[in-house]
Amino acid sequence: MSSRLRWRKLVSHFMLTMTGLCALVAVSVLFFILGYLVYHGGTSISWNFFTKLPAPVGETGGGMANAIVGSAKLLLLACLLGVPIGFFGAIYLAEFSGGTVAFVVRYAADLLNGVPSIVIGIFAYSLVVLPFKHFSTAAGGFALGLMMIPITLRSTEEFLRAVPRALREGAMALGASQWKTIATVVVPAAYRGILTAILLAFARVAGETAPLLFTALGNRFWSPGWAQPTASLPVMIFTYAIAPYDDWHRQAWAAGLVLLALILIVNIIARMILSRGTTVPRT
Amino acid sequence: MATTTTTVPSAGPIAGSRSFLSRLRDGDEIARLVTFIFAGTVVIITVLLVYEFWRESYLPRHKFGFAFFVTSVWDPIFDKFGALPFIYGTVVTAGIALLLAVPLGIGAAIFLAELAPARVSDTLQFFIDLLAAVPSVIYGLLGVFIVIPVMRQYIQPALKSSLGFLPFFQGPAYGVGFLTAGIVLAIMVIPYIISVSREVLISVPRDQREAALALGSTRWESTWKVVLPFARTGIMGSIFLALARALGETMAVTMVIGNTPTISASLFSPGYSIAAVIANEFTEATGDLYLQSLIELGLVLFLLTFLLNGMARLLIVVTSQRGSEMGQA
Repeated sequence: MSSRLRWRKLVSHFMLTMTGLCALVAVSVLFFILGYLVYHGGTSISWNFFTKLPAPVGETGGGMANAIVGSAKLLLLACLLGVPIGFFGAIYLAEFSGGTVAFVVRYAADLLNGVPSIVIGIFAYSLVVLPFKHFSTAAGGFALGLMMIPITLRSTEEFLRAVPRALREGAMALGASQWKTIATVVVPAAYRGILTAILLAFARVAGETAPLLFTALGNRFWSPGWAQPTASLPVMIFTYAIAPYDDWHRQAWAAGLVLLALILIVNIIARMILSRGTTVPRT
Repeated sequence: MATTTTTVPSAGPIAGSRSFLSRLRDGDEIARLVTFIFAGTVVIITVLLVYEFWRESYLPRHKFGFAFFVTSVWDPIFDKFGALPFIYGTVVTAGIALLLAVPLGIGAAIFLAELAPARVSDTLQFFIDLLAAVPSVIYGLLGVFIVIPVMRQYIQPALKSSLGFLPFFQGPAYGVGFLTAGIVLAIMVIPYIISVSREVLISVPRDQREAALALGSTRWESTWKVVLPFARTGIMGSIFLALARALGETMAVTMVIGNTPTISASLFSPGYSIAAVIANEFTEATGDLYLQSLIELGLVLFLLTFLLNGMARLLIVVTSQRGSEMGQA
């Protein structure tokens, strides 16, 4: 072997090992985050965390029950807004529309998807908070719902398009109308994918903080109804983490663990649903 | 990354050749109209968003004009608003993030696409996807309690003693600042670079590699001189995508950048970014000019990410199309 060749092989081995190291570093960040949160959050989490209101400033103890309920309400509103628009919009794109309109809708959705979350926050502020002159759960849910729309829309469309054309033609050849074909053949064939799309969109907005800062604001007490400012887990993590009290830091870790666990579990479930068998029979 | 995958062209609308009346009787036209309304909502929302930002930023656009972007005084009391420190902070932190994330992300993507067996690659990609799902406020939390102390005690003093002659690594080590924000951002955008670059690399036709190997190149040479140039535009796309994310990122940056409007060559200095100033001051903004100045900052952010995302999508689509064309040929 000439020394030139040996050198080239050495370089090859070295560089390929380096790429492996890069991958290792990237993946280990996930386990580092998980481990650290479990370690810090696990020791701070308690029953009180789930059942009590935040303690008055300066006192230790208390929990985030209101933030957990607040987050649940915000996410419910987000789903009510984001899922129907995303789902039916996707059906239009995949099944009914041809050229120009579909292009415009897709373009708008991609544009909306790329908008930084803080910008969505300002938009929801000027659209919902300003007219009602009140920070509210409704405004926060609206902001999160806006973020869900493009994610649900685009991935649902992908999954609908993956349904083979032969299935549609089969149904229509049997005399079914188009909407019946969609409702009874196409959507059921793609339902795993659609469910995955919705769950992933849900997980994505569940951790969003920036759009809630000036829509749902925050609240140290229960927030009755939908027109009051409300606490939410992500915003609580933010406020507690930058506050100067040790007990608040402890609770921020606990909240971080709960939030991350929720998001990762939803993500894993979503991917499991998708991977369990192919969604449509291959033709 | 469901949003960047290309659409499958096989299925499409089957309009059929039936008459409008029979379609109406079957309910098809109603279904079409209903779904059209939902789809149209997306367009309306997007147009409304652009319009609202334009309308709500009238005062500062009118009063300051272009000076808004090149003056650095941010004084709500005397109604003077210049965005330069925020733009500077945003650009610098995003720049640091890319500097760190691009080599690491592309390296990892090469490993996943070229070297690792399919099962290992898929498993690692699964973890990368989970990493991309970690919310930014969690990164901020870890940034506040881990990255900042580590920066202050170890990394900044070490950089100062070794590279302190450069203007970038001077001044007191606070822990917070441009460098810290850049590092946290880098960690956040790496998963995006990996996912998209991996897709693009996988779409490079197999014969390209085989031809290079058959000509006697080593595995690395085939990757570096053949596969990467082939996938170059797509990888650029993934970088633009990451840049757009880094520019718009709010929470993690707000928590570690120091929130002081300064323009300083030193990366140790506390700074401020566009997204961070909006997050911190929006609810406290008194007076229309103050609020609208913040909204104009939001508009700047929106336009920047809009341009970057558009370019990213174009580049990714171009590459994957080239790959599939060559694959079919």
